Amino acid sequence: MSEAINEFTAKVPTWSPYVTPVDIATATPAQLAAMKVTPSNTGFSPYVLTLAHDPESLEVRSPLFNLIMYGKDGLSSAERELGAVGASIVNRCVYCAAVHASRFIGITHRTDIIDTIFADERDATLPPRDQALFDFAAKLSTTPVEVGADDARALTEAGLSELEQLDLVLSAALFGWANRLMHTLGEPRA
Amino acid sequence: MTNLIETLAGVPPASKLGEALKKRAEILRLSEAAHDAVLLPRDPGGLSHALRAALAARMCRHVGNDELAAHYDNYLGHSGDLDVAPLAYPDGKSGETRLDAIARHADLLTVAPREATRGDIEALKAASVAEPDIVRLAELAAFVNYQLRVVAGLKVLKGVQ
Repeated sequence: MSEAINEFTAKVPTWSPYVTPVDIATATPAQLAAMKVTPSNTGFSPYVLTLAHDPESLEVRSPLFNLIMYGKDGLSSAERELGAVGASIVNRCVYCAAVHASRFIGITHRTDIIDTIFADERDATLPPRDQALFDFAAKLSTTPVEVGADDARALTEAGLSELEQLDLVLSAALFGWANRLMHTLGEPRA
Repeated sequence: MTNLIETLAGVPPASKLGEALKKRAEILRLSEAAHDAVLLPRDPGGLSHALRAALAARMCRHVGNDELAAHYDNYLGHSGDLDVAPLAYPDGKSGETRLDAIARHADLLTVAPREATRGDIEALKAASVAEPDIVRLAELAAFVNYQLRVVAGLKVLKGVQ
């Protein structure tokens, strides 16, 4: 059996749930609809099959996720990924951090940024704009929420428009959601 | 149409941030749909609408958003289910093993999700929480924490406009 992974890595692991996923063969019509099961689309990840226990949430979550992470204009894709990584560090979602760090690297080729974040976590020292983005996302993810006026001003000083700032709030907050599913309902495995 | 996140954040529509929010109207609309899916699902499973409202209010109190807590208190009040009402407060208990295990897990998911382990899921199962309800609970906590953070982020951005 593969081993659980507890350390941050940019190599995307598999994910194994702590609860029994929905079995396609016995799924309800609502579950099949939420998973978008069609005759030509029957392969689903353990994650989607786990979330299919709550089809009403799954159905709305997928389009919301895509709009926040892959929407046109506003904050760049790479910087949305950095927001996702900031939240995933605070919530210690090793799987989410791996997926979104690898996407950040795929777009920017800045392996050094991710290496620094994984080594120093919230104490990471980054180039100014990355620092402002990462710190804001991390501080928005804590309980209680630590983010304050100085962090918002740092975004403006780093040159982020209001729309870019809004997109950062949305991407970091979205990972407050994703981390609470992925990290708490299962674990990453090599 | 103004939705809950916009109402709570109170961003002036004519400001630059207000203009940005208009560009993200579909995201706000889907966020409202997600709210309805976790709070008032057609199939609530083992988590009644009243319990969901109580837990949501409890999570808002943990994060210190009394206004959003009041929104969920209102849903709880309309449900008329007094048994779960104590769970709307962070130290509140119902006296029923399954419900108190659910409330404890809602606390963990809100305050310290990073600490969650397989053992926490096993504890829920041992308290007779069904597996689909474990997923429903995670979705509820995940959504409310998302909503709390969108509102908190918008308020901070609005404050320095």
